[in-house]
Amino acid sequence: MFRNQYDTDVTTWSPAGRLFQVEYAMEAVKQGSAAIGLRSKTHIVLGCVNKANSELSSHQKKIFKVDDHIGVAIAGLTADGRVLSRYMRNECINYSFTYESPLPVGRLVVQLADKAQVCTQRSWKRPYGVGLLVAGLDESGAHLYYNCPSGNYFEYQAFAIGSRSQAAKTYLERRFENFADSSRDDLVKDALMAIRETLQGETLKSSICTVAVVGVGEPFHILDQETVQQMIDAFDIVGEKEGPAAEPDDAAAGQEVEAEQGAAADQGGSTDEGVAPMDI
Amino acid sequence: MTKQQANWSPYDNNGGSCVAIAGADYCVIAADTRMSTGYNILTRDYSKICKLADKCVMASSGFQADVKALQKHLAARHLIYQHQHNKQMSCPAMAQLLSNTLYYKRFFPYYSFNVLGGLDNEGKGCVFTYDAVGSFEKVGYSSQGSGSTLIMPFLDNQLKSPSPLLLPAQDAVTPLAEAEAVDLVKTVFASASERDIYTGDKLEIIVINADGIRRDYMDLRKD
Repeated sequence: MFRNQYDTDVTTWSPAGRLFQVEYAMEAVKQGSAAIGLRSKTHIVLGCVNKANSELSSHQKKIFKVDDHIGVAIAGLTADGRVLSRYMRNECINYSFTYESPLPVGRLVVQLADKAQVCTQRSWKRPYGVGLLVAGLDESGAHLYYNCPSGNYFEYQAFAIGSRSQAAKTYLERRFENFADSSRDDLVKDALMAIRETLQGETLKSSICTVAVVGVGEPFHILDQETVQQMIDAFDIVGEKEGPAAEPDDAAAGQEVEAEQGAAADQGGSTDEGVAPMDI
Repeated sequence: MTKQQANWSPYDNNGGSCVAIAGADYCVIAADTRMSTGYNILTRDYSKICKLADKCVMASSGFQADVKALQKHLAARHLIYQHQHNKQMSCPAMAQLLSNTLYYKRFFPYYSFNVLGGLDNEGKGCVFTYDAVGSFEKVGYSSQGSGSTLIMPFLDNQLKSPSPLLLPAQDAVTPLAEAEAVDLVKTVFASASERDIYTGDKLEIIVINADGIRRDYMDLRKD
């Protein structure tokens, strides 16, 4: 009821003790196209759905290499994500330069979280509108973290963010107990299955998803399209075709149609205006 | 009353020599592995050569602390380049970066005398030679360091590179085959070790060609 009175700037509390601007920033993450991450003891896999503005344009880059041992997948305002990736890359380079060793992942996510927190406590700033799944390997093992616009961060065995991520999360919840001992290939297969869950009937092919791996003896890299397509074919996990055309003519309309068809449950409080102008 | 001179210098010279020779489809970069200070040897096994990019290697003699700092700086810049451009830096690009990096410290220089060697974008060998503040030139061969006064005239005699001022521009790369160039380098260092006290112990040779990068060693006089 009072939501609109206290949401003008980030430095205003609501009577219920909430910062609405920060919560709105988290909404931006939910509007972005899906990104998922899962880890075993030795490997972490990141995956994301490639969404293009229109048939004419290329899709946005959502997975970034930060260092040989760290990579990040983003959902939300890609521009904010790009800027934060640049920050993370710089931090890794500077740490390597000073200490001649790779930056521990836990340190990086704390720095990232503190940077996000600053934007929740300055009247002239706005929170970053992007959620980051940080995958990294260091001396203490394989890690997957989720960094929120709020400045919170959590460690996960597996997680999914962005639109229709609930479907992926449900899949991951069913399977996560087996991930710790999974082989690298099984982990990638699970990632592809989770991505397929978010597609809600659309055929899974390598052109609409991106997969990246980092693990023991394997520096962070994005798998190329042929490898991904081969894995999709090998595991025989092409999605079932269902009803209207899988490729939307125009991303906005397509997104709307699928959102209405599919599980709208994960879209907490989303508006009917269709795709947010934030370009994901 | 004479002006008081500084009795402490931020610099030291760790000696040693470096050589690079460019061929039609290869590049040889070599340096000795002796690190000295004054008339003492600090170690007989220190590499002056650093791989900066896939097809780009730098050998530097002079003050090794500055050399190490310079190498780390360039490595960090290369990482940034790779993040931004999604590819490795070419040798000519790295050459320009090195020059700019050196001139940046024009008024407190890196005491580092460098030769940069590698393959250019067409796979042809290229060598760049520098002074301490970044003045550089693309050449067919070069040497730097304590033995360079002994080595350079001999290379001039054997490789006879045409002047870069000639028109039309003539190819600076040597017509020698890779094996011959490596032999020449070994000969040159063996000779330099005879008369230059700062050059000796072991020779590290790097050969870059289309197949990749290869490293070889040769023993030199230990006196």
